[in-house]
Amino acid sequence: MASKHRIFVPSDTTARSVGADQVAAAIADEASRRGADVEIVRNGSRGLYWLEPLVEVEVAGKRLAYGPVGVEDVASLFDAGFLTGGAHPRALGETESIPYLAKQNRLTFARVGVIDPLSIEDYRAHGGFRGLENAAKLDGAEIVRIVTESGLRGRGGAAFPTGIKWNTVLNAPAEQKYVVCNADEGDSGTFADRMIMESDPYTLIEGMTIAGLAVGATLGYVYIRAEYPQAIRTMREAIARAEAAGCLGTNVLGSGRAFHLEVREAAGAYICGEETSLLESLEGKRGMVRYRPPLPAIKGLFGKPTIVNNVISLATVPIILDKGAEFYKNFGVGRSRGTLTVQLAGNVKRGGLVEIAFGLTLRELLEDFGGGTATGRPIRAVQAGGPLGAYIHPSKFDTPVDYEAFAAFGAMIGHGGIVVFDDTVDLGQQARFAMEFCAIESCGKCTPCRIGAVRGVEVIDRILDGVNEAANLTLLRELCDTMVAGSLCALGGMAPYPVLSILDHFPEDLRARNAQRRAVGEVA
Amino acid sequence: MEQQSTTTEATIRALAEANAGRPGALLPILHAIQDELGYVPEAAVPIVANVLNLSRAEVHGVVTFYHFFRTRPPGRHTLYLCRAEACQSMGARELERYVKDKLQIDFHETTADGRFSLEPVYCLGNCACSPAVMIDEDVHGRMTPQRLDALLGQG
Repeated sequence: MASKHRIFVPSDTTARSVGADQVAAAIADEASRRGADVEIVRNGSRGLYWLEPLVEVEVAGKRLAYGPVGVEDVASLFDAGFLTGGAHPRALGETESIPYLAKQNRLTFARVGVIDPLSIEDYRAHGGFRGLENAAKLDGAEIVRIVTESGLRGRGGAAFPTGIKWNTVLNAPAEQKYVVCNADEGDSGTFADRMIMESDPYTLIEGMTIAGLAVGATLGYVYIRAEYPQAIRTMREAIARAEAAGCLGTNVLGSGRAFHLEVREAAGAYICGEETSLLESLEGKRGMVRYRPPLPAIKGLFGKPTIVNNVISLATVPIILDKGAEFYKNFGVGRSRGTLTVQLAGNVKRGGLVEIAFGLTLRELLEDFGGGTATGRPIRAVQAGGPLGAYIHPSKFDTPVDYEAFAAFGAMIGHGGIVVFDDTVDLGQQARFAMEFCAIESCGKCTPCRIGAVRGVEVIDRILDGVNEAANLTLLRELCDTMVAGSLCALGGMAPYPVLSILDHFPEDLRARNAQRRAVGEVA
Repeated sequence: MEQQSTTTEATIRALAEANAGRPGALLPILHAIQDELGYVPEAAVPIVANVLNLSRAEVHGVVTFYHFFRTRPPGRHTLYLCRAEACQSMGARELERYVKDKLQIDFHETTADGRFSLEPVYCLGNCACSPAVMIDEDVHGRMTPQRLDALLGQG
């Protein structure tokens, strides 16, 4: 009897959003019809999203890829003998050799798309829990020293050195401390946190547990946005399984130390991605931003010292504790050490996740990885760092992707999302949307953000309508300055950045043009 | 009718009491109520306030702060349409006009036949396969008016 063929069909949200479940079902049906002995593993996604659904088969210890596979391709794949690597128009060769993947430095994402997300056995077989095993033998100060040494900076957007934050919590005396994972990934163009939670949840659990051991926190919360139902389900199940396996709970890996973890579901407020507002939300309140100081590291959740880190920051800790600070630090440039998880999104031909050492240029990412726009038209602008990030002009595309290089021209890397727009984009409308979004999502605590964003929409509408254009352009800049200088947090303080970037680099779009656009029926 | 509202109130109280001991219990309680009833009815506010020893204003404030909590019963299915930048770059504005026109409703409304409620959402994390919508808990990418028609037809 022939041996069982292993087939991998991704189960991540994006793969499912383009039909992976139907493909998995079709493969199962076709296999049973033909009497083929197959085992279908629902792995996570490799993040080569333009190729989803990306089906892999294991042949002689290697994974061979076919994609994008539709239900209508399934019969012909069997005809072509894909179970043993047969030639087919959808064949892509060995998965690891696909250039998009081969050129990456997958450290945080080493297991993503490779393993069955919920299998602890699979996780261990691919190096899982080695970092935690090492950490369990060290005292807290030593763990913090290693994380500091690695040069890891917060991947949520603020890029604050992770080890320094941890050290503050370590040295804050308290009977109860907390580790909070910010999984309220609200920036458009980002999906790296979702991928970790859906495709390799134990990495996050391991990273949070190490954080707990490092600072003496025994309780952690993963605050996940309501828009990610699958991530919530997967994390809850993974936590239950990790507890049952003794990797989490009262006696972590037999170390005698405790760490408990709970998922908390957010409720659709963008502002709760701001750490103090997230803490308010976890406490059961409106997500209103807190004044700082005190820092959350000193007085955080329920007034206790709290680590608040992004998913990617925490999910990167296991490999640092496994392979050492030196190993991680050797990737990257300048003060941006390690790898960045870039997410290519929007109007891009090859959208997906690119984990790569800092230092590549934006152009290399957009062209070599992204392959230009999905529509085939020229790129007019990219927005990096989410809805509060600048629209970047192609003249800046040779800038290396590094926190300081981006900051030097008023842009930010943020959480690594890059949204591509072709030359049909109306940046006047994008500027208006930046203010509209801020008005919808403002927590309302400070005036520059609460009122400023509403006024911003109105002023932009007047400019586009040609009402006192010159005076309103001056007013818009003044309003932006007020919001930047006077807002309590990054929402009001940065929402003007996309607007200012359009005023500076694409001024032709932010002027009286509605009359003309109305004439051709583009706007009502 | 009165009996039905008594049952609902008992359900709300039971859910609130079951979660009351958790630190920061209010959001978990509101989620539990919405999961069970499909929305957070006005009648829930005084009950939850009573169980948690909060003022009605505090509970009302939380319910209305978060976009996800609904205070009216939704349609049988909820269509969440992504309005964020990545989806905009791939035609979300046009899709929004198409959907509103097709369903004859605006955001936060329910179709006359009660089948669909329409809600805006700012990112589903599906940005490499834009534009995206979510129907109940299922995300659909690379959306076009034709594909959406097919999906709405199944509802």
